[in-house]
Amino acid sequence: MHPGAWWLWSLALGTAATRTGNPLLLALLIAASAYVVSTCRPRTPDARSYTAFLRLALAVLLIRLVFAVALGSPVPGTHTLVTLPEVPLPHWAQGIRLGGAVTAESLLFALYDGLRLAALLICVGAANSLAHPARLLKSLPGALYEAGVAVVVALTFAPHLIADVRRLRAARRLRGRPDSGVRGLLQVGLPVLEGALERSVALAAAMDARGYGRTAEVPAPVRRTTTALTLGGLLGVCAGTYGLLTAEAGTYGLPLLLAGVTASLAGLRLGGRRSPRTRYRPDRWDARAWLVTASGAVPAALLTLAAATDPAALAPAVVPLTAPTLPLWPAAAVLVAVLPAFVAPTPKEPS
Amino acid sequence: MIRFEDVSVTYDGAAEPALVGVDFEVPEGELVLLVGPSGTGKSTLLNTVSGLVPHFTGGTLRGRVTVAGRDTRTHKPRELADVVGTVGQDPLSHFVTDTVEDELAYGMESLGLAPAVMRRRVEETLDLLGLSDLRDRSLATLSGGQRQRVAIGSVLTPHPQVLVLDEPTSALDPAAAEEVLAVLQRLVHDLGTTVLMAEHRLERVIQYADRVAVLPAPGEAPLLGAPAEMMAVSPVCPPVVELGRLAGWSPLPLTVRDARRRAAGLRERLTGPAPRAAGPAAEAAHGPKTNGTPPPARPRGPRWFPGRRKVTAEPAPGSGHAAEVRALTVRRAHTEALHEVGLTLTAGETVALMGRNGAGKSTLLNTLVGLVEPTAGTVRVGGLVPHRTPPRDLVRHVGLVPQEPRDLLYADTVAAECAAADRDAQAAPGSCRALLSRLLPGVPDDTHPRDLSEGQRLTLALAVVLAARPPLLLLDEPTRGLDYAAKGRLVTLLRGLAADGHAIVLATHDVELAAELADRVILLAEGEVIADGPTAEVVVSSPSFAPQVTKILAPHPWLTVTQVREALA
Repeated sequence: MHPGAWWLWSLALGTAATRTGNPLLLALLIAASAYVVSTCRPRTPDARSYTAFLRLALAVLLIRLVFAVALGSPVPGTHTLVTLPEVPLPHWAQGIRLGGAVTAESLLFALYDGLRLAALLICVGAANSLAHPARLLKSLPGALYEAGVAVVVALTFAPHLIADVRRLRAARRLRGRPDSGVRGLLQVGLPVLEGALERSVALAAAMDARGYGRTAEVPAPVRRTTTALTLGGLLGVCAGTYGLLTAEAGTYGLPLLLAGVTASLAGLRLGGRRSPRTRYRPDRWDARAWLVTASGAVPAALLTLAAATDPAALAPAVVPLTAPTLPLWPAAAVLVAVLPAFVAPTPKEPS
Repeated sequence: MIRFEDVSVTYDGAAEPALVGVDFEVPEGELVLLVGPSGTGKSTLLNTVSGLVPHFTGGTLRGRVTVAGRDTRTHKPRELADVVGTVGQDPLSHFVTDTVEDELAYGMESLGLAPAVMRRRVEETLDLLGLSDLRDRSLATLSGGQRQRVAIGSVLTPHPQVLVLDEPTSALDPAAAEEVLAVLQRLVHDLGTTVLMAEHRLERVIQYADRVAVLPAPGEAPLLGAPAEMMAVSPVCPPVVELGRLAGWSPLPLTVRDARRRAAGLRERLTGPAPRAAGPAAEAAHGPKTNGTPPPARPRGPRWFPGRRKVTAEPAPGSGHAAEVRALTVRRAHTEALHEVGLTLTAGETVALMGRNGAGKSTLLNTLVGLVEPTAGTVRVGGLVPHRTPPRDLVRHVGLVPQEPRDLLYADTVAAECAAADRDAQAAPGSCRALLSRLLPGVPDDTHPRDLSEGQRLTLALAVVLAARPPLLLLDEPTRGLDYAAKGRLVTLLRGLAADGHAIVLATHDVELAAELADRVILLAEGEVIADGPTAEVVVSSPSFAPQVTKILAPHPWLTVTQVREALA
């Protein structure tokens, strides 16, 4: 399964989540993505990051609620739940309120809003656990490969660093010094960095000895074309983006952007000729990958459409206080996202 | 295949060349073993083959090294990657990717091999090295032996003609070392790979070598010859050769089998006062007495704990034991690292803790110093509960020298380190430095601990730990990376400490060290004690933990060459 498909699926679901404030739809979306993650994630330690993202999402939701309670909310409400003592603030802090009445409407609004952000985070977490970001790097074009390896090495570096800190703090105990506290952490800092530096040098030596950075001879015209395409393409992208963002430019923005992107991609492809690398078992973009991507794109597109045609159902009002209802066909659209659980290959059990 | 033409290497800023006068050739399909004390330039010589010296490390290389016809002066390491495969001392620092299969493919990807070829070779290598069950595993979760095999596999897949290995078995338990060596032998015999390998543990590898290159001392040219001839002149040699020298056998035997066939006469001469009286008694009768003190009283006879039988008949607590462990269980993330372990350590006793990588040796030592909290059971060290005692007080009861002695050292000079140790231990200023000078004279005050040799660093860490005078001393894999001379010094030193009344526990894979030093051996497997008794009885009965002398002179329970020498004298 191509990791790109999982990332597209998750990001599309994230987009869908930003289109609606309906808690029922959002809950359905979170449930759908969680179901897919639980059936399809690989059984590797990295895949456990999903729980961390769930916790982060919960924390975001709680913080949003706490803010709504403590700082008040612009939502006018009539159902007061509690009245907190209000802190009088000087005149220059006008517009900020500390404490005061907490209404059911403001709480509910904060909850819907926080839930949307939480759903977005959970979608990113799903992408992370379904396909580790390092796997995405394997699909980078050859010209960017060396940068990709640097990122992979950096990613494996952090866990090593944490292990080093733990070991050295333990060693402090052996010297009869307390093994906790900030001072202990600071004192092991230098040895940890030294160790990390030494390991990096050793790794660089090993990589060099294993053929990292071998280059192939490229004829001069190809080299020049590569440079021209890449530079020209980047310029085109800059000018095109500027054109799109400034209102008066009008017509030239989009075509210029597209031409720039095409030229850059061609430059990258040609640049890949310099590196003789091949790929071991590259991830193939097959029919399943298309299906997974589509099952993410469908809810995103339909919810965007629904948000335009029926905004009331997708963003239920909190004033006056009403129970949200589940709009039928947007809910059906969200359910399409469960499709990968049935089409994606089941993960292998760890040996 | 590899040609050295009058090669010498001088590192930048060094007064003396690290390597001089290397002039020999390694023909195709030969396994050449590089031996010599530490600091004689073995690693430097190995790295000239892959081109890392001088392209990566800097320094000046005189002369010429050619590998498969390519001159390393004009070819960078990456351009030699298709003919030379290099595995350094620490396989973990060699890994670029994070799973076994990707790691095996990495070198081939860099060389640009066709995908179909890569796929085939990865499968072949997985089978050749017995790694197929581990193909999807994360590299961080592998054991030491598995890592070493993956590291070797990762350089094998591009089918290099030359394999360069720096201490491939030093960190491995005897069984894992056998695994790795069996693979090497297969490569040499079946695929015609040329292997150049440095190793301190000669007893494990000498029998596989076609030729041996000896680096006798720093700044001396290497000698090359057949293993038996070279062993006659080498400053370092395994016990089997030492026994051969003692008995005057010529040519010298290299394997236990050779030696056994010649040993009939020797066995007869040794029938007299056999060291049957077990461990320390034997040491008393035949072993070298470093300071003339009588050996400590024998704690107990042999005890075996087959299966899960619990420890019974332990002496009452507080009866003057250095440490007492009862029914200790340590559980970590769903796995049981230790299961119902019970043992008692008495003052003056030296205990060797042996077992596979991952059997729970380090966990047991860490529990004794309070780094690991027991899940169940009790641990008492000098009457204290280690994990509840403040570190400041605990250091005066128990000291641990960790696997990587460098972890204990923070300061940037030896003198500062010793001063800090005195402060930590609340000892009189200068006592750590005095201790260090006694243990190993000639360590300069202003050296950075990182620049010390492996043996010097271990001794410094030992001095730091001993500054607090703990009655119980624990050492985790102390002989990793030590040459025979440094090991000999360590043995003398630890014997002295035991005679002074320290209880010593060594976790080690080195059977020869255990035979030389320990009164008692405890074997751990899967977190359980499977044997606990006098060294002679435990190791003699185990094929993988028996020292070479025992294997040669069986059924007589001799353990070390020293014992035999004293008996013959």
